Amino acid sequence: MDKSDLFKFCLRLGDSCLIMAHRQSEMCSKGPFLEEDIAQTNLGLDLLGQAEALLIYAAKLEDKGRTADDLVYKRPERDFYNFMLTEQPNTDFAFAVVRQYIMALYLDKVYETLSNVDDETLSGIALKALKEISYHKSHLGMWVTRLGDGTHESHERVQTAFNELWMFLGELYEEDELDIKMQHAGFAISGDEMKSYLFSEISSCLTKATLSIPESIYMTTGSKKGIHTEYLGYLLTEMQYLQRAYPDANW
Amino acid sequence: MVENKKLIYRYLSEISDPEIPVINIVEMGVVRDVLFHGSKLEIKLTPTYSGCPAMDMIHQLVEEKLHSKGYNSVEVTLVYKPAWTTDWMSDETKQKLARYGIAPPLGKVASKKTLLNNEHVSCPQCGSKNTEMKSMFGSTACKALYVCKKCLEPFDYFKCI
Repeated sequence: MDKSDLFKFCLRLGDSCLIMAHRQSEMCSKGPFLEEDIAQTNLGLDLLGQAEALLIYAAKLEDKGRTADDLVYKRPERDFYNFMLTEQPNTDFAFAVVRQYIMALYLDKVYETLSNVDDETLSGIALKALKEISYHKSHLGMWVTRLGDGTHESHERVQTAFNELWMFLGELYEEDELDIKMQHAGFAISGDEMKSYLFSEISSCLTKATLSIPESIYMTTGSKKGIHTEYLGYLLTEMQYLQRAYPDANW
Repeated sequence: MVENKKLIYRYLSEISDPEIPVINIVEMGVVRDVLFHGSKLEIKLTPTYSGCPAMDMIHQLVEEKLHSKGYNSVEVTLVYKPAWTTDWMSDETKQKLARYGIAPPLGKVASKKTLLNNEHVSCPQCGSKNTEMKSMFGSTACKALYVCKKCLEPFDYFKCI
């Protein structure tokens, strides 16, 4: 395995976890009730821990003197490789739930695969994260059902969230050159496998939640090349504020 | 430097878990190994959860404790494999948790099933099994929030992970 390939692979995964964690942190004090507020921030905390472990490893693989903090605070938007789905804003609670739910499904599969690879660090991170993510998947799946099979209002909102976020699903199973290499090394499953896994999980959940599967529409692409929706720029402006205003400030 | 693992473990067991003060970090299973490299002492720790905010504090407490015992060169390293599990808690530790008011993890062997199926949690206050999960998440990443339907007290349940 080429070190620079593994670096890029960890960076992509770490970036997605990081941006998800940030979006979850924005849910703090915005949960529908106190217990769920705590749950939302706990989800974010797990993801931040996963992002940290992955980015520390990425920095080590890169071996150019950058630390995980440098990767988080000193890269511009075009150098981030998180999926566009992860940066979508918390329009309402349903949006936050649907976004995190789809990503939890994805990460569950990714970590399951990585937990068996011949790389001590990565398999260690994955084994740990797998336990956390399976818990997220169960919690978020419960919310999709509860909102979908809830009131007229909650049903409409969660359906809207699925419809609006659907176009970002394609990136989760799209393949580029790096993905193919990682698949050959046993670090990833094929795009086709990921697609059928995601569709089968999501459709059984949606059926249970009395929701309909969004119509197949255009799937957007670009984050693997650093292309993002307008939201990432705003997110980074806030997340990186301190380091931009006071470079190298530390605590 | 005295190369005595047992002694180091004894010092480390004087450090309480920052979030559950009745349990020390050795009982918690966070200390994975103690290694002597010449004049340097390496302590391997494993996080309970990836994002556990107590880890930084534990790291600091370990260094402080060992410095105070005369070990000047201490390196704390983080290991992820094998992933931390509540299986490493002894029955005695679980009893301590219960006495402190935290329902201990139920399963004997942690798995996806025991993590998600935890319907028979006993209330640490009155012992009743008539309890209900209020939230899958509690005051820290490792706990869930329950309420006892008999004595009506809310309590934390340590997830079986």
